Amino acid sequence: MACAAWRNKIGAYADGELSAEDMLDVGEHLRGCASCTADLLSRVQMKRSIQTAGKRFSPSLALRQRIEKGLPPQKKPARLWNWMATLAATCALLLIVSLTFYRSGASQQGRTFAELADLHVTTLASATPVDVVSTDRHTVKPWFQGKIPFAFNLPELGGTPFTLEGGRMAYLEQAPGAQLIFKIGNHRISVFIFQDRRDRRFAPGDTLSRNVTFNMETWAGDNLRYFVIGDADPGDIHKLSELLKSTAGS
Amino acid sequence: MRGSFEELAMPLFDSLYNFARWLTHDREEAEDLVQETFTKALKGFPSFRQGTNFRAWMFRILRNTFLTSRTGLKSGMTVSLDSEEGESAAAVTAETPESLLLAHSNQKMVQEAIEELPVIFREVILLCDVEEMSYQEISETIAIPIGTVMSRLARARNALRQSLTKKLQGE
Repeated sequence: MACAAWRNKIGAYADGELSAEDMLDVGEHLRGCASCTADLLSRVQMKRSIQTAGKRFSPSLALRQRIEKGLPPQKKPARLWNWMATLAATCALLLIVSLTFYRSGASQQGRTFAELADLHVTTLASATPVDVVSTDRHTVKPWFQGKIPFAFNLPELGGTPFTLEGGRMAYLEQAPGAQLIFKIGNHRISVFIFQDRRDRRFAPGDTLSRNVTFNMETWAGDNLRYFVIGDADPGDIHKLSELLKSTAGS
Repeated sequence: MRGSFEELAMPLFDSLYNFARWLTHDREEAEDLVQETFTKALKGFPSFRQGTNFRAWMFRILRNTFLTSRTGLKSGMTVSLDSEEGESAAAVTAETPESLLLAHSNQKMVQEAIEELPVIFREVILLCDVEEMSYQEISETIAIPIGTVMSRLARARNALRQSLTKKLQGE
């Protein structure tokens, strides 16, 4: 069967709508056809992009309350628990909720760090690590205008051991942001800047993590979330972070 | 009765509101639409057949309510669907690879492109990719055959791709 005929099925394959038999057939074809695999990949990327962009609106609490009020009153439980049982249940629930939040927060944090480490490595491995090549912050910063939905400041590096190499667009969980490459000695450090999200939790205050092999520091300010990552000395990562912090608020 | 209705319906509240906002483009209208949907659904719940798809039922009520609203009537749901039934999904074969397209487009651009789609395309793409409904569920929600769901989805994605391409070229 020609690729054009397979393409008929690839849309449904990406949507998970083929029969088990067809799924196997398409899977078999994909293993040997780079063109159809690229087509599938692009469709999946499009779906993901739509999914992220489409979850856009959240209802107000007032609307929720209005709707709940419109529902008939709930039947009272036949028997009230005694206060001891209620207290014990509440304590247990609080414990479970705390543990769940702690664990999900920690794993989410780990995923974010791992994703950023991947982005950093990919950039260093790339033949064109930066899209805007300049050591001048007044060239790099305006390049991002219109490409990302926020603005940021960059520090004056004169008199510091750091040099700016340039910048590029980066995406974290489908959200656009800036990636800046700094150099110190033979080490390259990536600085990622994204809009801060309330649902993305990090340990309070600045975080220095060695969990991802690289040294990393992160903080939030002015609704932006900064990540500084690289294989440079933790002291250098911290110095660059401090430089960025001092400029961010200015 | 309330317990079961509330248990089934309230988890859909956020999704229904998101869908309503995409349909109406207006916060107040979306709120009225969701409220009316819940009122109608509660009223009709005794006739809801247990074992059938509750989510598709709720979304269908919301969509039908929207269609009879002033905005719904003006929304262009009556655009020509010539040859819809016969259109092949192959027609959507990418001329511009989405990987390139999406690398250069941002979330806001995709949102604008979705917003600009005709309602019949916008709804099918949102139900499939955002609500992750199966073709069968979409077919139940918007009352069209599964074959039409597939071809309409293909046309919607094609239109979205063209819109994104134009936006990128216009940058």
